[in-house]
Amino acid sequence: MLHASNTHEPSHPVRIPAHLLRPRAGAGFKPEHLSSILNEEPSAAFFEVHAENYMGKGGAPHAQLTRLRQDYPLSVHGVGMSIGAPGALDTTHLNRLKAVVDRWQPALVSEHLAWSTHEETYLNDLLPVPYTNEVLARVCNHIDETQSALARPILLENPSTYVQFDQCEMSESDFIREIARRTGCGLLLDVNNVFVSATNHGYSPVDYLDSFPLEKVREIHLAGHATEEDSFGNPLLIDAHDRPVADEVWELYRHVIALSGPLPTLIEWDNDIPDWSVLVAEMVAANAVLDDVATAPLLGRRHG
Amino acid sequence: MVETARRWAYDAPVFAGGLLNADAATPSFLTSKSGANDPRRYAVYRNNVMVSLIRAMEANFPAIARLVGEEFFSALAQVFISANPPRTRLLFEYGAEFPIFLESFEPVRPYPYLADVARVEQMWREAFHETDAPVMAAVDFTDIPPLQLPALKLSAHPATRILNSSFAAGSIFTANRSDDPGGNIDPTKGEWVLVTRPHMDCEVRILGTASGTFINALLASETLEAAAVSAMSTGEPFDLATNISGLLASGAFTSIEGVE
Repeated sequence: MLHASNTHEPSHPVRIPAHLLRPRAGAGFKPEHLSSILNEEPSAAFFEVHAENYMGKGGAPHAQLTRLRQDYPLSVHGVGMSIGAPGALDTTHLNRLKAVVDRWQPALVSEHLAWSTHEETYLNDLLPVPYTNEVLARVCNHIDETQSALARPILLENPSTYVQFDQCEMSESDFIREIARRTGCGLLLDVNNVFVSATNHGYSPVDYLDSFPLEKVREIHLAGHATEEDSFGNPLLIDAHDRPVADEVWELYRHVIALSGPLPTLIEWDNDIPDWSVLVAEMVAANAVLDDVATAPLLGRRHG
Repeated sequence: MVETARRWAYDAPVFAGGLLNADAATPSFLTSKSGANDPRRYAVYRNNVMVSLIRAMEANFPAIARLVGEEFFSALAQVFISANPPRTRLLFEYGAEFPIFLESFEPVRPYPYLADVARVEQMWREAFHETDAPVMAAVDFTDIPPLQLPALKLSAHPATRILNSSFAAGSIFTANRSDDPGGNIDPTKGEWVLVTRPHMDCEVRILGTASGTFINALLASETLEAAAVSAMSTGEPFDLATNISGLLASGAFTSIEGVE
């Protein structure tokens, strides 16, 4: 068979150990940015990658991530586990996720409170779940199974949603709090998702955050959204990841950080990907909020 | 209560079932802040699924997208996606059935070469993500005693792919994956297309009948002698030494079988 040694892999070990991330801004890694990232002064505290993009057998994606991992800590963000699906987890996919985690030793591993599969079909979108006791038990089983396979806790991300379910038995924040309590998972708070869902469903994002278990949050996501209208002329925000973070979301982020203290904060930009400098500008803005809060650390800080 | 306790297993398929079917009704169990089931809200998911999969198809088949134009490709991809939704969660694997779809899709019947161009794109993408492996060096060959040469077999590199096309699929692929569209291509001029990935970059080579037949036979684990005989029986001129140095340069093989 083939030689296991790979001439394109660096022979020296990664410099960055798998410790917790610094509470500074990072960015989603896009291969087109690699040379800018390596040739410029470091501006990201960490990079996040979609796990599925590194589930191939080899080639350039693996070589690029290995190079990036030499200089930066990593967060692995899964988009395909379909944790909210009613059926059993796909153990093949779980094993692939484990292989990615084992190989690149990320500081954080996260997945979504969502589902994306139907029988054999992969729908490639993060679909919503009803907040019922039945689904709560299902999601908790799936997270237990994932955490056992990975032998580490994961972070679960709050969704952006466009519809609600008639059989809803609890609020989203209560649902997520209960998942974290039962499974011991951490949370990834996507502040843009909070704003999108709150606007779409007519509740206050601040009220949502007041009841959200911020003490379990280990990472923040920030992204841009698009604005459309529903059939009744109400604003319908779409989690588009294709533009800068909105002013209202920056304000909400400041509110979160004032309560939680500084947290690793990811700038997500997945569509219409701009030059690296545009992501750097978004990270500078996030770091400014983190610095600002750090200079007044006890102001409104939540303990617990 | 038993019914409501197990509702998700019934409702999720209903929610999913309408996403790839624009004629399906909005699931009745959905609500909105206006207290009504709003089809525009459910349509956001339908749109997300379709647009993201069209984007994935564009990423996987950029030469086809360029050949038929963005608007037509989008319509074409929609028909393909509805009939062949992804069976994989790894979107870089998506679209293996696209060449066969193109062969039977009536609106592209005037462009029969598209299917083979899509095959080359599929081969290229498979090669891009394949297992890393070292390539055979020239010295591996020169070390072999001449008497053993005819019986040699070569081990294919995992990324190597080959296509015998009745069209100029490789030339059309190359012209539409670069900024230099090149000169006039006669699409009906058949060619062999060899895709290799000796290191991180994929390489596409266009071969004549004899060379294509030779490498194809070696990839099928035939001996060097049998491969050369096949190549010569094509009736095209065939020079063994030139072809051996060509296959070494291509990185199509990792080693000589049985030789470490």
